[in-house]
Amino acid sequence: MKYFIAIIKPFKLDDVRSALTEIGVEGLTASEVRGFGRQRGQTEIYRGAEYSVSFVPKLKIEIAVPDEMEKAVHEALLQSASTGQIGDGKIFVLDLHSATRIRTGETENNAL
Amino acid sequence: MQNQFNFSNIKNLLITIFLCLFSFPAFAEINNGDTAWILTSTALVLFMTLPGLALFYAGLVNSKNVVSVLMQHFALACMVSIIWVIIGYSLAFSEGNDWIGGLGNIFMNSIELETASGSIPESLFATFQMTFAIITPALMIGAFVERIKFSAMLIFLFLWVLIVYVPVTHWVWGGGILSSWGTMDFAGGIVVHATAGTGALVTALTLGKRRGFPKSLTPPHSPILTMIGASMLWIGWFGFNAGSALGANAGAGMAMLVTHISAATASLVWMFIEWKRFGKPSLVGIVTGMVAGLATVTPASGYIGVPGALILGLGGGVLCYLAVDFIRGKLQIDDSLDVFAVHGVGGILGTLLVAFLATSTFSGLGLPEGQSGMSQFFVQFKAVILTILWTSVFTYLILKLTSLFVSLRVDEQEEIEGLDLRSHGEKGYHTD
Repeated sequence: MKYFIAIIKPFKLDDVRSALTEIGVEGLTASEVRGFGRQRGQTEIYRGAEYSVSFVPKLKIEIAVPDEMEKAVHEALLQSASTGQIGDGKIFVLDLHSATRIRTGETENNAL
Repeated sequence: MQNQFNFSNIKNLLITIFLCLFSFPAFAEINNGDTAWILTSTALVLFMTLPGLALFYAGLVNSKNVVSVLMQHFALACMVSIIWVIIGYSLAFSEGNDWIGGLGNIFMNSIELETASGSIPESLFATFQMTFAIITPALMIGAFVERIKFSAMLIFLFLWVLIVYVPVTHWVWGGGILSSWGTMDFAGGIVVHATAGTGALVTALTLGKRRGFPKSLTPPHSPILTMIGASMLWIGWFGFNAGSALGANAGAGMAMLVTHISAATASLVWMFIEWKRFGKPSLVGIVTGMVAGLATVTPASGYIGVPGALILGLGGGVLCYLAVDFIRGKLQIDDSLDVFAVHGVGGILGTLLVAFLATSTFSGLGLPEGQSGMSQFFVQFKAVILTILWTSVFTYLILKLTSLFVSLRVDEQEEIEGLDLRSHGEKGYHTD
């Protein structure tokens, strides 16, 4: 099993969700996060004074999928979250060694 | 020509006799219409502080200090009310000398149900003035947000109201020195804005900068709260300026009109300056311009016409904008929410320019008997200098005195963690 962590632009959430459900992903977790990458922060101006905001708001998406779906999920995330502009985010993939559905006790692929 | 001259003399004489016969008895009585309008104005001016100014300032600070700013306004409003009842009103408005009123009205003991002040009940006049005594020190909160110790703020402003606000009010409106000079200050350019602005600057210098000023501060946490608060200030200002006519009359109507025009003009001026300079018109910018326009028109609002209001809006917008840049950018003084640059500079500008804008050249309503624009300007100028000197010296001394009892600032760790949780045990926003 694979565990995806994707950092995306907040307004891309709906596109990402529909792209993933289209290829059969049955659940995801999204959280509001703040961070910086090569985009650095952004600058805001109030009453003539510039404030540099060093952390930019992003969404973090987490998805667990069977091994055979890795390529499709990767592709779907790449397509749906992209704007081509700086600050589009990142995709990280981890090996997942266990999964359990709490209600039924089902494990591994059956739990996804 | 000669005949006409005589005729107008006779007409004037008749009018004078008419006024003496009929108007004076009427003025000694409490007038329902006047009373109704000042009741309304009193509520409007309190509304400027609670919650108007409180929200305006709260939106401009970090989200970890929002409760502290709101708390400072509320506690201050309550404290000043009590000071005013016990001794403030008496020292400001009862018979005294050039510099301070007397103790004849301590605990407001001479105000009875039917006591009149002009054409309104004195109980109402005292309450109306109380709301001015509340908002003036409240304006200074903008200078020391995010770092002052709550107890220090209470002690400092308690003394400040008695030693700065009350005497200056007596000088201008209580029959003191500035009123004997013939100073024109309709609704508080000197009494409210020059004192609060100067006091703010001295406080910011004495207290020192916030951590991270000016390079790594966090931006205003909610332009939304700031806009809501500013809009309440605008509406409340109708009570402030048009209420200062102390009656429901033609002067009140004109004061309301010029107040509104100056606010709208200065808002647009500020918006266009920022739009040109940074490429974007900002919400915090336009509402700051509004406050600048309102502060600038305040001393003049009972004396000028529409052209004067447009000029004050334009002048106040440009000059206050430049003052913000100069004080925060060039001098690097952390008058955190620009109290001096907006209220001080605006109030002083309006106080000086009213000497010219009240003349018929600008469709003004006229200067005091025997004054020309230049001679009145000199009167206004002297009044501003005296007020600035008095306010600076005593604000500094009061702060030093306060620091003998409590430290003026919170400790560094509290400044980092935020005043809300450490000083008040509350948070403005919970995420869960």
